[in-house]
Order: sequence, then structure tokens, then C-alpha cells
Amino acid sequence: MAPPSWLRSRPVVAGLVILALGACVPLVGSGYVLGLLTVAFYTAVFAMAWDLLFGFAGEVNFGPTFLIGLGAYTAGILDARLAPNVSLWLCVLAGAAAAVIGGVVLALPALRVRGPYFGLTTLVAVLMLQNMVVVFADLTGGEIGLSVPDVMSVSATANYWIAFGFMAVSGAILYGLSRSPIGLVLQASGQDPVQAGALGFNVTKHKLFAFVVSAFFSGLAGALMVFYMGTASVGTFVDISVGVQIIVAAVLGGRRTVIGAAIGAVFLIAMGEALRPLGELATLIVSLLALLVVLFFPDGILGMLQGRSRRD
Amino acid sequence: MLEVEQLTKRFGGLVAVKNLGFSVRGGEILGLIGPNGSGKSTAMRCVMGVDAPTAGAVRFEGRDIAGLPSHKVSRLGVGLVFQHSRPLNRQTVLENIKVALIPDRLGMLLHSAEIDDRARAIAERVGLGAVLDRKPPTLAFADLRRMELAKAIAQHPKLVLVDEPFAGLTATEVAAFSELIAEFRAEGRAVLLVDHNVKSVAALVDRAVAMYLGEKIAEGTAAEVMRDETVRRVYLGGALVRAARDAAPAAHGAPLLEVRDVEVRYGKALAVQGVSLHVREGEFVALVGLNGAGKTTLFNAISGLVRHSGEVRWAGAPLAGLTPAAIARGGIVQCPETRELFGDMTVRENLELGGHRLEPTALAERLDWLFDLFPILRERTGQVARTLSGGEQQMLAIARALMMEPRLLILDEPTLGLAPVILETLSNALHRLRGSTRLTVLLGEQNVTFALPHADRLYVIDHGRLAWEGEPDRFETEAADAYL
Repeated sequence: MAPPSWLRSRPVVAGLVILALGACVPLVGSGYVLGLLTVAFYTAVFAMAWDLLFGFAGEVNFGPTFLIGLGAYTAGILDARLAPNVSLWLCVLAGAAAAVIGGVVLALPALRVRGPYFGLTTLVAVLMLQNMVVVFADLTGGEIGLSVPDVMSVSATANYWIAFGFMAVSGAILYGLSRSPIGLVLQASGQDPVQAGALGFNVTKHKLFAFVVSAFFSGLAGALMVFYMGTASVGTFVDISVGVQIIVAAVLGGRRTVIGAAIGAVFLIAMGEALRPLGELATLIVSLLALLVVLFFPDGILGMLQGRSRRD
Repeated sequence: MLEVEQLTKRFGGLVAVKNLGFSVRGGEILGLIGPNGSGKSTAMRCVMGVDAPTAGAVRFEGRDIAGLPSHKVSRLGVGLVFQHSRPLNRQTVLENIKVALIPDRLGMLLHSAEIDDRARAIAERVGLGAVLDRKPPTLAFADLRRMELAKAIAQHPKLVLVDEPFAGLTATEVAAFSELIAEFRAEGRAVLLVDHNVKSVAALVDRAVAMYLGEKIAEGTAAEVMRDETVRRVYLGGALVRAARDAAPAAHGAPLLEVRDVEVRYGKALAVQGVSLHVREGEFVALVGLNGAGKTTLFNAISGLVRHSGEVRWAGAPLAGLTPAAIARGGIVQCPETRELFGDMTVRENLELGGHRLEPTALAERLDWLFDLFPILRERTGQVARTLSGGEQQMLAIARALMMEPRLLILDEPTLGLAPVILETLSNALHRLRGSTRLTVLLGEQNVTFALPHADRLYVIDHGRLAWEGEPDRFETEAADAYL
């Protein structure tokens, strides 16, 4: 009997292999490794959510951290103000909701403009959020950061499993969505909006939908990560450089694959850590490596795995 | 089924379509034809809702749809077969067709078997049955076009708009596509074909509407439109006149430019097929052909801007391997149809950039000479190029090319989008240019009347191949009918 069609897709196989490997890590890894991978898994969700928007809807969102930051800070502030009367999980949901609302407010006007202006709008949104955090320092903790009273768990293993499960579920949903009829329409809208319109699709509606989904997962992941770290700071959730790292991860892993984005994120963080003994040089090497992959293997790591058959 | 009345579309100051009116009934194929820049595509985009018309009415089944967004127009039953589109390269042909069958709802999370069956049926109908599981980049050009057709059929439209159905297809493929389009008619759908010339769609259309510079100039059966005086004047020009030339160039001797068996492919489409031609020193050679015939592509191959097979020799040596910049420095200067002026710079700055390799005194002399050739530019020296009229911009583009002191000037469609009165000024300038220098010119033109008076020799290019070659005075008797 032939395996079901979804098992024959290389991205799915690659994803499953990585999940299997990930499930084994707690057996052998130290607490340090587990902590590192926990962060990597949240970053993987950021990157997958970003890929849905860029790889499928064709819109470059330079401000993934706007959505992440909204989710993280909303959840963090609520918890800091209301704990222990309000459950941590409620704060997480509120964070995701805030990211969705913020995303819609940003995307509605931004999707009206074409070409690079959408990206610029999202970039400005990040800078605005960053300023807001600093200006309303008594609420947000400003540049020092916001510490939250609740944490998900003190056990590195428990935190690892939460992040791992969250990534697996998000990945499955985002990947399934990208393969669904809506994913096809999204790709069509991204590649040739004029034709998609002529085929009867409301392009703006579909792109807005992609933005909302992307915002939901970004915000959710951001909020969860706050309760893993116990603090929220501009440097970890909002700063442009965080956004750049997410974008690099997604492109490095393989655009338009969703799963590739997760691989890229884990790879990027692991590389950064492995090269840490080199000090400042590590960042340079990782950046250089990313640059080389983007220049010579535009389909990313997953694209390399799938071979070059699809091109030409 | 479709009625268009007083349709007008302005882009800024440019009037692309002016008071256009026509109608299409169910079970009828109407050809909307006109040379490049005549506004036919804009008219089609206004019907589809891709562009909103500035004024006028577009009625579909009695309902005014002017200004509706395209996805709403599409849902009312209007489909568009695109000439070029960007297919989903990672998905199979079948999935590409399925896209057109998916309803515009966000709840569509699962693929349905019904959509799958319908997509397969449509693929069979257009002849894609054998390549269903291939991905678009591996398909032949004609199959990509079939896929576009399949997507339009999937919409089940009552009115089908087809943009240049036969561009880039071989004769057999044209026949197959004609049949597919005729099927629409047999099913009672209305079809609007948009194309460059009457000839290619004559056998298929029931009626044709000819457009020129945004306006309707003729309407009737294909034969009537082809006989129409105005149409003949637009395509062939009025009386074909020759300008006297005092010193005829050497009719023999080694060619300055020699093109041998040049072929250019754009992906799957063969844009130039085995073209060989030559230009001798001091000669004025015209390459005439309709838009899309391959003129610009051939010029770009000569200038080293596109990859090509075959050989281009310049002054006896092959040009292969040289960069476009080196070729231009070697003396082949191309003045592109898009003009490529620096819009925010003044006339003088544009010219000085063209002559950046000249010594200051030589530059001043050259400028003086050009201002004598194009006196209007002298009056406009301080004006920003973007604000010049179309004709002035064209003169500036030619002048800038001449600043580079070419040995061979390639002029690509200088008349594109220009009003007849400007053509005369431009024609006079070319005449003076030819009289005052030994410059060698290769002119690409759609407008034969414009090209003919100046040319020493003429090549006719059609669908990427040379169709005729000879002296201008033989053109009217030998090639004019084939050209229309």
C-alpha cells in the first residue's frame, strides 16, 4: 500500500524527522540545551507565521516584532497588574487577541498601498511600538524591562515540552493552511493580484486573513515566551534586529514552505550558540552564512534538501 | 450582452481611451484591434474592472459595472484569458486550474473531490490531460497558454475577454486555439478578442472594431475593416512616398553589422527565430513589423542586453562575450522605444550625460549641432525631461543617443504613441540627419509610412522571422498586403 500523499511531501517528512529528534532531546540534553531550544521553538513559530505572509500572501512584513511585541507586552502588563487574580493563560490569550487587533488596525491601511510601501509601513509600526514602550515606562518597564510575577514552570523540561508542543501544533496548523485551497488562493494573490482579482477572488480580504492568522500566532508565541522568560524587554521582543533575525530564519530555511522557516530558526539559534566562543565574530559568521544561502540557494535549506529539480 | 458606451480612460494627462462604444452579443466573437498604444488593452481592463474608467458606461446584461472591482465583475460572469500571467510554479497544472474553481470564501479549508473532477474535465477539454501533474516551469509555451484558457473556462463566464490569443504560437497551435475559442461561441458565450492586427483574427471573429489613439476608427466584418481607408492609413500610412536621397551609399562592400541566425527565447516563447540581416556603413535600414514581431528583442540581442544564439558581427569581429557597455562604446548605440530619459534632469543634463566621454569643446560642438538638428530642444534646454511632450521626449532621446557619437544608431519605434503631426517633425529631423552625416541607422518601426521614405533597404519581420527583404519601392506591390 502506498503511503498517504501528505507523507510523500518532503517538507512534511523533514518536519516529522525534526519533531522526532526534538522529542529525544530531553532524554540527553542538559538544562542549558533545553533552555536554548525552548527559545528556538518560539522563534520558529515567529518565523513560520512570517512565512505565511511573505511566502504565500507575497507581502514582506518588516515588522514581525510589532505583532510579537504587542502579544508579549499585553500579556506581560496584564499579568503584572492583575496577578494572581487572573490566570496566566488568560493573559496569554489576551496577548494573542491584542496582536490580532493591532495587526488588523495596521494591515487595513497598509494593504491599500502597493509594493515596498507595505513593508515600510510595518517597519514604522515597530519603531512606534518601541517608542511607546519607552514613553509609557511606568506601565511597560521601559528600557529596563517588565518583569512578570507568573512563570509557566520552573522546570526546564516542562518548559521545553510546552514550547515543543506549541511549535508542533502551530506548525501543523500553518502548514495545513498553506496546503489548503485558501493557501492556493493566497499564493495566487501574492504572485499575480490582477489575475487573482479577475478569477473572482477578493485579494485584500485574503491578504487580511493571512495577516490575522500571522498576527495570532506571532502574538500567542510572544505571550508564551514572556511567561517562559519571566520578563519582557524591547531587546528580546520588539527591536528591529529581532525582526531581522526572524526574517533571516524564514528565508534561510526556505521560503514558501512554513516548515523550512522553523528549521531555519532552530538552525540560526543553534549556530549562534555553537559559535559563541568566537565572541563578536559569531554574529558575523552567522550573518555571512545566511547571506551565502540567500544568494546561492534562494530556496533555502529545505530547498537544498528538495534538490534543484523544480527550478528551470 | 456587453455594451460599452462613451468609455473614456485618462492616466494623468494621457487619454488612453476616448468615447469608445461597442457591444458584444451572446454567441458572437468581436475582435477589438489596433496597433500598440491604441488603447485596446486599456479598454479591456476597464471592462474587467482592473482599471476604473474615468467616464462612460460598461453594461453587462443590462447592469452598469463600470468601476466595480474585478473580483465582483468576475463573479457576475466575466472571465479574462491573460496573455501573460505568473502561474503557481510549485503547484501542478491541476492545482493551478483548481485555484480558479475555489469559491471566494475563507471557509475553504479542505480540497473537495468535486473541484478535482471539474478541474480534470476542463484540463481534458483544453488538451492538458497529459501534463496534469507537471509543474508550469516544465511546460511548453502553448501549454502555459492552454492553462490560462482553462482557468478562464473554470469561471464559467458568460463573457470571455481574450488578450492577444495567438501571440507567440505556431500555426498549428493557432488553429487549435481558434477551435477552443470558437467553442465558447458555440456554447452561446460572448467573446471579446483583443489583438494587434485584423489579419490574425479575421477567420475567427464575427465582427471587428478597430481602434487608433484611443478612438474607434472602424467597425464591421473583418473584411470590411481590412478594406477601410482609415484602417489602411493607420497600418500602412497613406500614400507611400520616398524621399530623394542624394548620395546613395555603397550597395556593395563589407557589412558594418552582420546578424547571422540569431534566435532569442523568453522562457518557452521563441521571440526571434533564425534572423539574419546586415547593415553596410552609411546605410539606412528599416526593420518593419507589428508590435510583438520581435524587433525590440532583436535589437536587444545586438546590443548584448539579452542572451541569444547565433552570431552578431560588428565591423568584422564577433560581439559575443562583450558587455552591453562595451558594445555601446564600440559604436552601436540603441535608442530604446521606452526612451529611458532621466525624467528629473533637464534637457541639457540629459544630453551632457550622453556625451560624458567627450572633451568639453567637442561636447559643446556636438550640442550645437544637435540643437540645429532639433531646434525645439534649444528652447527647452533648462526644462525637466519629464515635462516635455511625447514628441520632444523622443527627439531628446535620439539627441542623447547621438551625443554618444555612434557609428550605428539603432532607433527602436521612435513613433510609438506620437500624434501624426509630431511624426512629420520627427521625419524631417531624420531626413536632415541622413543628409548631413554618414551615420548608419537601423530603424525598427511598426509605422511603414514613417520608415519607408528614409530607408535604403527594408526588412519585414513577422512572428520573429524575416518575412520579406528588399528595396522600399518594391514594398507596396510585394509586401504591403501581407503586412496588414
